[in-house]
Amino acid sequence: MSDVLTRSAARNIFYGGSLFFFILFAGLTAHTHWYMVTTSTDSEALTDSVKRGKHVWEENSCINCHSILGEGAYFAPELGNVWTRYGGRENAETARAGLKGWIRAQPLNVPGRRVMPKFDLDEEELDALIDFLQWTDSIDTQDWPPTPAG
Amino acid sequence: MKYETQRVAYPFFAVAMALFALQVVFGIMAATVYVMPEFLAEAMPFHIMRMSHTNLLVVWLLMGFMGCTYYLMPEEAEQEIHSPMIAYIQLAIFAVAGAGALLSYQLGIHEGREFLEQPLWSKILITISFLMFLYNTSMTLLKGRKTAINLVLMLGLWLAAVFWLFAFFNPSNLAVDKLYWWWVVHLWVEGVWELIMASLLAYLLIKMTGVDREVIEKWLYVIIGLALFSGLLGTGHHYYWIGAPGYWQPLSSIFSTLEVLPFFAMVMFAFFMFWKGRRNHPNKSAMLWTLGSATLAFFGAGVWGFMHTLSFINYYTHGTQVTAAHGHLAFFGAYVMMVLAVITYAMPQLRRAQPYNQVTNMWSFWLMTSAMCFMTFTLTFAGVVQTHLQRVMGMNYMEVQDQLQLFYFMRLGAGVVVAIAAVTFFISIFGPVKEQAPATAEA
Repeated sequence: MSDVLTRSAARNIFYGGSLFFFILFAGLTAHTHWYMVTTSTDSEALTDSVKRGKHVWEENSCINCHSILGEGAYFAPELGNVWTRYGGRENAETARAGLKGWIRAQPLNVPGRRVMPKFDLDEEELDALIDFLQWTDSIDTQDWPPTPAG
Repeated sequence: MKYETQRVAYPFFAVAMALFALQVVFGIMAATVYVMPEFLAEAMPFHIMRMSHTNLLVVWLLMGFMGCTYYLMPEEAEQEIHSPMIAYIQLAIFAVAGAGALLSYQLGIHEGREFLEQPLWSKILITISFLMFLYNTSMTLLKGRKTAINLVLMLGLWLAAVFWLFAFFNPSNLAVDKLYWWWVVHLWVEGVWELIMASLLAYLLIKMTGVDREVIEKWLYVIIGLALFSGLLGTGHHYYWIGAPGYWQPLSSIFSTLEVLPFFAMVMFAFFMFWKGRRNHPNKSAMLWTLGSATLAFFGAGVWGFMHTLSFINYYTHGTQVTAAHGHLAFFGAYVMMVLAVITYAMPQLRRAQPYNQVTNMWSFWLMTSAMCFMTFTLTFAGVVQTHLQRVMGMNYMEVQDQLQLFYFMRLGAGVVVAIAAVTFFISIFGPVKEQAPATAEA
């Protein structure tokens, strides 16, 4: 590429091309934002409790062991579809009770098993967290994950 | 060292290396938990170790980039650093922000998004420090000579600061949160950081091979063009399964496949310039790190990234140990090795010595590189087994993890070797100057 392409031509292609692709990317991001708010997530079901639940999720850094929609630490199970895994789509009450019981039972003290710490969550925080997980389960994720195992 | 203020880089490198050491320690602790689950379970739960490990990496790399910039800017701009005092102050602020965040994690104080766990005050201090850094280096650039290398480097750093601002934006809709979270995470490591890496690579090649600036700077623009043309739309390989529209699957399968190209161009570029170069530079170990960085970036970021970037493959591998394998080798090859290359190149000048302790330094190169490769292989095998058992067979997560124990043991072993290699590196860089350059070398 000795004479075909000069340094200033390469520079101009870089700046022009990058700007072009950035504008395209920003446009698609804006469309995706709109699609998420109107189509793939349930904006009406995004209640104060779900928002509070997301806050509980963040305050306790659940993502640094678990993953959610496949993103996180991969050290503990995927929770994006935990509501489905606990049968919440069939029987919401049982799933809610099951999840609460599981979180409260920690640490399990089973020798050789990874330890989930005890988190001091009150009833309201637990409900909010589970509302958040239930809401997350309803996101249209293009059929991911492939199996309920997450 | 032609300019007195290049010395500013020294404390940046020293602090960066101290944090690098801590990062490896937290990594080994977390790897230990994988094989001994009760290890420190009460005193320091896994999530604290993990956020410490990842945050330290990002913070020390940023400090390393700053040090590299302060080192090369005077030579490229032919101008002393605008204000060494500002440099020292912003280093102190950055160190306080980083160390403060690390300490607060141990007390359970943190925010909750992955990699962005720094408490708000720490994020603000980081922003202030980074803006001071940008002001200081941009003023130096404005007063001095503009080359492709210092322009691209500054562009990369400025854009990193711009995209960092998305760290302050946390929407309550999880899907939208993830959409913009990647504007920090992906647009940094698969976007603007590549500008920083490529310009550091170009700088080292100009200095050590003696090839014409005109040729090297043309390559530089081609490489960063490939990086952004592919990497911007390539962001969508993170949008497949988070509630985004289906068009990201074909679109970003194509563009993120093209993300291999800039890394392929970099490895070609590095070796081509190395063979073409007439100059027999005495700092052999810096050349080794430079070529090694280009090579491992190609494998770690390029090949290992491509391995699971196609949407119909990623559907099965997303969020398994395959991702962990790719993450480790990509960061190591592209960014860790590049900063270590600049440090290895710069330290003899900063200490006013001929290249020294080169054999020790090369030992650390081969130890660290092979250990990181081995770690990547073990995690890759773990990821493939996990993908099959969990994503194809539908086996329960915890049962699958039990099947991966052997790989986690080997990963811990690899981590210990990395620690030994890191200590070897510190000794070769900061230890007493023992060996002079080989007698055959010309200055």
